Formats: sequence, C-alpha cells, structure tokens
Amino acid sequence: MIELALTFAFSCFGLALLFNLWRIVSAPGVPDRVLALDTMVINMIALLVLYGIRQGTGVNFEAALLFAMTGFVSTVAYCKFMLRGYIIE
Amino acid sequence: MTLVTEILISVLLVVAGIFGIVGSFGLLKLPDPMTRLHAPTKATTIGIGGVLIASMLYFGLVADSFSWHEILISLFLFLTAPITANFIAKAHLHREVPVSELPPTGTDRAWATYDHDIAETAPNRNL
Amino acid sequence: MRRLYPHPYLSLTLFAVWLLLVNGYALGSLVFAAILATIIPLLTSAYWPNRMEVRNLPAIIGYILLVIWDIIVANVVVAKIVLFKPNSQLQPAWVTIPIDLRSPEAITLLAGTITLTPGTVTSDISACGRSLLVHCLHAPDPDAVRDEIKTRYEARLKRIFR
Repeated sequence: MIELALTFAFSCFGLALLFNLWRIVSAPGVPDRVLALDTMVINMIALLVLYGIRQGTGVNFEAALLFAMTGFVSTVAYCKFMLRGYIIE
Repeated sequence: MTLVTEILISVLLVVAGIFGIVGSFGLLKLPDPMTRLHAPTKATTIGIGGVLIASMLYFGLVADSFSWHEILISLFLFLTAPITANFIAKAHLHREVPVSELPPTGTDRAWATYDHDIAETAPNRNL
Repeated sequence: MRRLYPHPYLSLTLFAVWLLLVNGYALGSLVFAAILATIIPLLTSAYWPNRMEVRNLPAIIGYILLVIWDIIVANVVVAKIVLFKPNSQLQPAWVTIPIDLRSPEAITLLAGTITLTPGTVTSDISACGRSLLVHCLHAPDPDAVRDEIKTRYEARLKRIFR
C-alpha cells in the first residue's frame, strides 16, 4: 500500500515540477519566474524525501537540507537583485 | 499496528501529493502575480510537511531507523517560506505596481518599498 | 554565567539544531554541540544588541498550536479556491493593518504568521513600522480580514512579547 501511495505522490510532485517548468517558460514577469523556481525547489525536496523512503535510506536528507538552504539563499539573492540592482551591499 | 501505520503513511503521502500538485496548479491557473503568490506558499508547505511526517513515521515505525533530519528540514522550510514570499512580493511591488494602486499606510510614511530615504530612518526599537 | 551565555535561548537552539544535524546524542556530539552553543552567540553578539524578552510559555505553546491548526485550515481553503473557484469570481484585495506591536521580533512573527495562514500574504511594511500591507487571495470583506488578524494573532502576540 505504501508503494502505491509513493507512486501516487511521485507522479503528483513530478507533474507539479512540469507545471512549474511551464510557468517558468511562459511567465509574464521576472518575479513570477523566481516564484516558480522557488516552488520547483520545494517540489524537488519533496521528491528527494520520497526517493529516500522508496530506497529505505536516510542519505538523501542531507541533500534535501542543502537543497532547501541553497534554494532559499538563491531566491533571496534573486529578489534582492530585482529590488536593488545588486546583491551584496 | 503495522496496518494502521501503513494506512496513516499512505494517507499522508496521498494528501501531500494532492496539495503539492494543487500548489503548482495554482501557479498556472490564478490570474495575476500577487494571487499567484498565494498558491505555492501555502499548498506546498503542507505538501512537503505531509511528505516529511510520512517519512518520519516510515523510518521510525516501519524501517526502524528513526531520524531527526525531517524535523530540521520542515522547520527550515516553515521559517523560510514567509521570508521568500515577502521578498517576491516586494520585488513584484517594486517592479510592476505603481504606488497609487496600494491602499494608504495610515501613517505619515510611505510603504517601505517606495520610501527611498529608508536607510536613515529604518524602523527600530526607539519608536 | 550571564556573560558566557548572553543569549540563552539562542544557545539552546544551537545545541538542539546541532544534535538534530548529527542525528544522534553520542558524547562527542554533545560536547561539540555545547562548544558551538557557547562560541557562536559570543562571536555574533554584535548582531544581537538586545536580549529577546519573552514571557508566558503557555501562551507561546498555545500560539504555535493555533498557527499550526490555522495552516492546515488555510491550506484546505486555498486549495478549494484554486481548484473550484473560477478566476472571474475571485476578489483579491489589499488590506492595511495598523499594528500596535513595537518590537521587531514580534512584527516579524506576526508577518510570518499572516503569510502562512488563510489566503493572506504580507507584502510590505510602512517605513515607520506601524502598519503592514497584506494581500488577500479572496476577501469579499477586507475589514473582516483586518479585524480577524488583529484579534486572533496580534492580541495573542501582545501577551507574549512585552
């Protein structure tokens, strides 16, 4: 049963990634693209954790944690750049 | 016992998947950038929260190798989600929204994004 | 003691986070967590000029539980709006929320709570820090949203922060 639920969750988050990709390609403005990238990072973390459950190992958690951090920092850097025109003041 | 945990984990995974996809679908469906900001910041937080709780239950009860990392990941995501949302909203306001579209602040200063001498009089404890 | 640990909550948090990171409580990691919890607040004390003043632990726990419950409700509400409400019926609105809280930590917490809960995103703060700009996904009655935020979250935060 867990296998089935895992497959369902995998396909949901995979489809979500495709939606985000579509939004990045067809966004009307730059903030929308950044938002789509941020959502993509979150969906990617979910996929990593799901993959960890399927493999039965905890090695992916470090990767997920690092992914969360780099995703957050890059989103903030993008927004800072849009707001100020430079990143480090 | 194992059946109950299996059902619980499966339900969590399915709910998380549904919320994850709804969040990304909202990103496509909603009409303008500010409303689009709502869907991912909310739906994905519970989507990923469900996945992480399911993973914790799985490793603690089924695989018997309990790990604390999920708590750290979910705490981090829940702390950073409002910050990124706020930053994206500010960037959007700065780039595309004229100040006349916003409601008045109700105080004697403008909204911070539009207030250009903010550096000298940043909000601080002495207010 | 007070000089060695200028920020006891920060030290405790660092200790806990390090133990969560190494994923265990062997003696070595306990010692290293204690070392980190001592050194990091001392090295970064220049960035923490004021000690955070928090009281009323039951109120904090109650607030956290309330916010978690609201997040779950908010997710269902937003998912319903996204899935079933046609875009033409959507009534997004800007709301100005005057805030009585003064400490930056309390305002940050309030803004974060607003972003995580029902259909509202904090977008900006006024330059003097006395009102928040909130965007609502679907608000037929913006004044009700403002009143709910003020009574539901701000009143509770006022009891937590001095």
